[in-house]
Amino acid sequence: MLDFIKRHEGLWLFTHSPSVMIAAIVALAILIGAVFAPWIAPVDPYDLSSFSLMDGLLPPVWEEFGTSKFPLGTDDQGRDMISSILYGARLSLIIGVCAMAIASILGVGLGLAAGYIGGRFDAVVMRIADIQLALPAILTALLIDGIARGILPPELRQDMRVVVLTLAIALSLWVNFARTARASTFVQMNKEYVQAAMMQGQHPLRIMFVHILPNILGPLLVIMTVDLASAILLEATLSFLGIGLPADSPSLGTLIRIGMQFLLSGEWWILWIPTLFLIALVVSINVLGDFLRDVFNPRLR
Amino acid sequence: MLRVENLTVKFPSRFGDFTAVQDLSMTIKPGEIHGLVGESGAGKSTVGAAIIGLLQSPGYISDGTMMLGDTDLRGLDQQEAHRLRGKRISMIFQDPQTSLNPLMRIEDQLVETILAHEDISAAAAKSRAIDLLEEMGIKDAASRMQSYPHQFSGGMRQRVVIALALCTNPELIIADEPTTALDVAVQSQVLDLIRRLAEVRKVGFMLITHDIGVIARIADTVTVMRHGKGIESGPTAQVLGNPVHTYTKQLMAAVPPLDRKIDRFMVPEKDDIVTPSMNSGAQAEAWLLSGTKSDPIGLSLSDIDVTFPGVRTSIFRKPDPFVALSEISFDVRPGSVMGIVGESGSGKSTLAKTLTGLVKPANGTMTLGSADLPGGKTRARKHPSRQLMQMVFQDPFSSLNSRHKIGDILAEPLWLYGLVKDQKERQELCADMLGLVGMPPEAINKFPHQFSGGQRQRIAVARALLARPKILICDEPTSALDVSIQAQLLNLLKDLQKAFGLTVIFISHNLSVVRQMSDDVVVLRNGRIQEKGPSEQVYEDPKADYTKRLLELTPTMPSQWMS
Repeated sequence: MLDFIKRHEGLWLFTHSPSVMIAAIVALAILIGAVFAPWIAPVDPYDLSSFSLMDGLLPPVWEEFGTSKFPLGTDDQGRDMISSILYGARLSLIIGVCAMAIASILGVGLGLAAGYIGGRFDAVVMRIADIQLALPAILTALLIDGIARGILPPELRQDMRVVVLTLAIALSLWVNFARTARASTFVQMNKEYVQAAMMQGQHPLRIMFVHILPNILGPLLVIMTVDLASAILLEATLSFLGIGLPADSPSLGTLIRIGMQFLLSGEWWILWIPTLFLIALVVSINVLGDFLRDVFNPRLR
Repeated sequence: MLRVENLTVKFPSRFGDFTAVQDLSMTIKPGEIHGLVGESGAGKSTVGAAIIGLLQSPGYISDGTMMLGDTDLRGLDQQEAHRLRGKRISMIFQDPQTSLNPLMRIEDQLVETILAHEDISAAAAKSRAIDLLEEMGIKDAASRMQSYPHQFSGGMRQRVVIALALCTNPELIIADEPTTALDVAVQSQVLDLIRRLAEVRKVGFMLITHDIGVIARIADTVTVMRHGKGIESGPTAQVLGNPVHTYTKQLMAAVPPLDRKIDRFMVPEKDDIVTPSMNSGAQAEAWLLSGTKSDPIGLSLSDIDVTFPGVRTSIFRKPDPFVALSEISFDVRPGSVMGIVGESGSGKSTLAKTLTGLVKPANGTMTLGSADLPGGKTRARKHPSRQLMQMVFQDPFSSLNSRHKIGDILAEPLWLYGLVKDQKERQELCADMLGLVGMPPEAINKFPHQFSGGQRQRIAVARALLARPKILICDEPTSALDVSIQAQLLNLLKDLQKAFGLTVIFISHNLSVVRQMSDDVVVLRNGRIQEKGPSEQVYEDPKADYTKRLLELTPTMPSQWMS
């Protein structure tokens, strides 16, 4: 085992940096909690019959009046906080991962093609990217939300909120991927293995995806982790501002928005526990992203 | 003056301590040029860094003594070492591009260095700087030193670097590959300058280089290093002319001579990997020979011009084109080796790219065998020439896709050109082809980073051969390799060329290498042909002034040293 770790630089670095290990454990715990929320969570917060107003505003177990039935307390509706958070994290992560996946596929595809083809195509794609950067994510989200409202029948609107939110976040994140993929492709284009493939007369798509793509995955993987964190934050921001998910299927951002109402009335846990949870998730993902960057780019060490 | 005894340098790593230099001893007297020669990884640069106290972290000196005059270099604390650096020991680095600060005028860099070490007025420092630059052969120094580094040519910049190293009158200068980045003509001037400084100013030089020709030309004494150990040491003529150690002998045998063509290099044939399961390559050989069109074909170029868009000087005017190649015409006879030689910027690589269709010529025609060869993007992706012409690239570290297994890299031409349909057969043929180029067949399951530069270059040759080509273009195939590996690869290329009747275009900046390889030769300069003809004739009796000068200035060894 020790030998195996020594041979793989990434593993070796990992076992020698406590902060990265803690971050990995935190991220993994949250991930497991979110994925298995329906089985782990004491109650289903979406099911209105599972909680009662009588249990409303109970503090966490270590405070006075806290009960072990609700370890992290309840909100004003009597919903168990721990269940809300786990289900909220599940939604946040689903939206974050999907948005990041869409953004990376769109961004890497366009960036790779722009770098490979160059010329006018490159110019057009990158100008579109510049325009995208000038639009705030909220505006994009409102725009897509507006379009969706316009074309979708009213009964579907509520269900489409998740999709609209995901698309809005994906659209504001793809530029990062496109820029990085394009720049890395430029570097690879000067490498002789690409010239060898061109010279042999291989198909351009094969050169792009079989030859170049595996060689630029390193920096892209770093952006993926960092952007996953931004996607989750963006979702929280949008939900906090009320453009995101509604109160009956709360994500972490929605929980924080609800908690805001109780900030000054003494029920601190309704705001702070989801907030700390979100901070822990985003910080640990960012630490892992920085670690990946160090592994893939030894010069920055 | 400098006395090093039993120097041992270690680098801690996650596999335990790595010994970079072991028990090395040497002395350098004032005015002496001591050459430190060895192949990459021998620990030459580490010795220089240890002496000047700039060992890269986490390396440390574990043993030995280093005395400069009466000063014990190992006993110095940080501050003392800092004062001594630049004052008594200076350094000249390989790349003059990066060893000067691009944002500072030459004057400021020189004056700053002088003032850092001496308590004199700025005006006195400036006049010292002017004198130094003039001594280095820079004319009109007072006004030239107002310029920034990028306004100087490579050779001039290296003179400035030498002036910078000299401006505090050091006793010892460590020159780490000072001429490797320079062209022969400039190299020869810089070497003359170093020689003169050693004689006139009595500065001791430690000249670190991989080029034995440079050592032979100016070093008084030499130490041959290998794997961190001093192999042989003594006066240059004795060590190189009459080597005792087997390694030195091998090294000398691997140096290509400029003054004659030899049949083969007398070096051990195989790289460091020796496995019992080495294939003979017989199957691959038979497969190559059974190619349906087995007779060699030639290649000819007539009046090829290549231009690139230049720098735009005004938004209203089209930029002037930059002419990379101009009126290039030559014929490559079927089954012969055409050498193309020239300095950097002469258009050699552009020529290779034009032939392979990566660059489109502005004018002129190319003919492959009897068929017309379209240039650039007009050459169809399925054009037959894509298979008939294969290329071996300069940089073995970038010419193989590092994310693909060797087996996949090698099999690519086989399926791409539909030469072998069956997947299993392809792998067998690839493994056998590796045997043919002197590699173990197990290599097909490994990745490129598991091999050394020489081994990778063999893999690149195997990839080229697996397309069953008629024409092999080699663009500086050995310039990234050590001499002994270079000799092995050249032997291999010669053997393959003979066995399969390949037409080879061999491009190199190294005149000696081209002489060993080629039947005919073309001398390029600034994109124009200076001279062409049968290579023995060109080397023995050069007609063009440029060729004559090149041949004269290339550092070589006296022929009696090379048995």
